Amino acid sequence: MSYIIIIISAIFVHNIVLNQFLGICPFLGVSKKISTSVGMAGAIMFVMTLATIVTYLLQYFVLNPLHIEFMQTITFILVIAGLVQMVEIILKKVSPALYQALGIFLPLITTNCAVLGVAILVIQKDFNLMESVVFAIATSIGYGLSLITFSGIREHLDLVGVPKGMKGTPIALIVAGIMAMAFMGFTGIV
Amino acid sequence: MNQWKNFIKGFIKENPVFVLLLGMCPTLGVTSSAINGLGMGLATTFVLVMSNIVIALIKGFIPDKVRIPSFIVVIASFVTIVQMVLQAYLPALYAQLGLFIPLIVVNCIILGRAEAFASKNGVWPSLIDGLGMGLGFAFALTILGSVREMLGAGAIFNYKFIPANSDGILLFILAPGAFIVLGYLIAIINKIKKEA
Repeated sequence: MSYIIIIISAIFVHNIVLNQFLGICPFLGVSKKISTSVGMAGAIMFVMTLATIVTYLLQYFVLNPLHIEFMQTITFILVIAGLVQMVEIILKKVSPALYQALGIFLPLITTNCAVLGVAILVIQKDFNLMESVVFAIATSIGYGLSLITFSGIREHLDLVGVPKGMKGTPIALIVAGIMAMAFMGFTGIV
Repeated sequence: MNQWKNFIKGFIKENPVFVLLLGMCPTLGVTSSAINGLGMGLATTFVLVMSNIVIALIKGFIPDKVRIPSFIVVIASFVTIVQMVLQAYLPALYAQLGLFIPLIVVNCIILGRAEAFASKNGVWPSLIDGLGMGLGFAFALTILGSVREMLGAGAIFNYKFIPANSDGILLFILAPGAFIVLGYLIAIINKIKKEA
């Protein structure tokens, strides 16, 4: 499979939030301001790429040779949780500026199902290491795209008169639904 | 605490989906039909009850600092059990739910209940709490799945009530329908709660 197809499909056609329903909690949680959603998108891209590489190597060099594939869920989630902690500690020492920007989002990412989801997806799709990395980066770009667009819309939503019962989450969900409809327009281009 | 109150709170007052907005990914991802929603809800209930029991039993032995990783290991073990059981006995449902079964691990409801309830209470209240919360989650998923199935396929629990040669509104089975139906359901619940 060529890389272009992987990239287009991961960003637009099978957008991780609007089509696959992964990572909805931060999508609804941190999307009230554009600045925070940019930070979150950056943190996700960093962790998702790193986690995919590590879990990929783990799957093919540890789990498969030992025939303990059923341990996948337990190993992956522990490795991701450990990795996030480690990244946080290293970042704090090496690059305080980057830590300032991404720091508060890192702990939240452990329970972001998008990261574990992508780690499992690349195994299910039988990608090689390079394809997995490309897929992880493209997926996180797709995540960032939908998250930042969504938060832009939500900033404007605060200024308009929404019926009382619809305020907050309900209207946000319906906006997300309309965005998902727009993204459905990409179906079939790859 | 009154056990009945403890059990019933998960259905409306503290419903994990409609009120606490936890576990959104499986909620939106698997509810294209009522039966999928129910299956996912029951799988989550099993994991929630079992992990609550085990965590309530071992909470005295876990050092405070490694609390969260230990909880995750307990939860992940039960998820693996569910995964294997479904694969062996209900392969059709397993194929439908797909990726969302291993993702029960990162469902915030389970870790949330472990941290907020099971790590502070005894075995019996934790069991009741897990059962109530889990069934509340299953209840929400089944409602969402039923509404989407009714609008999208004109059927409920695979029983078709519109003429066989006509279709429903396909949009509601696809991704946008999930967001829109959940949005309206939450709005209705908000309205009911305000009037009550």
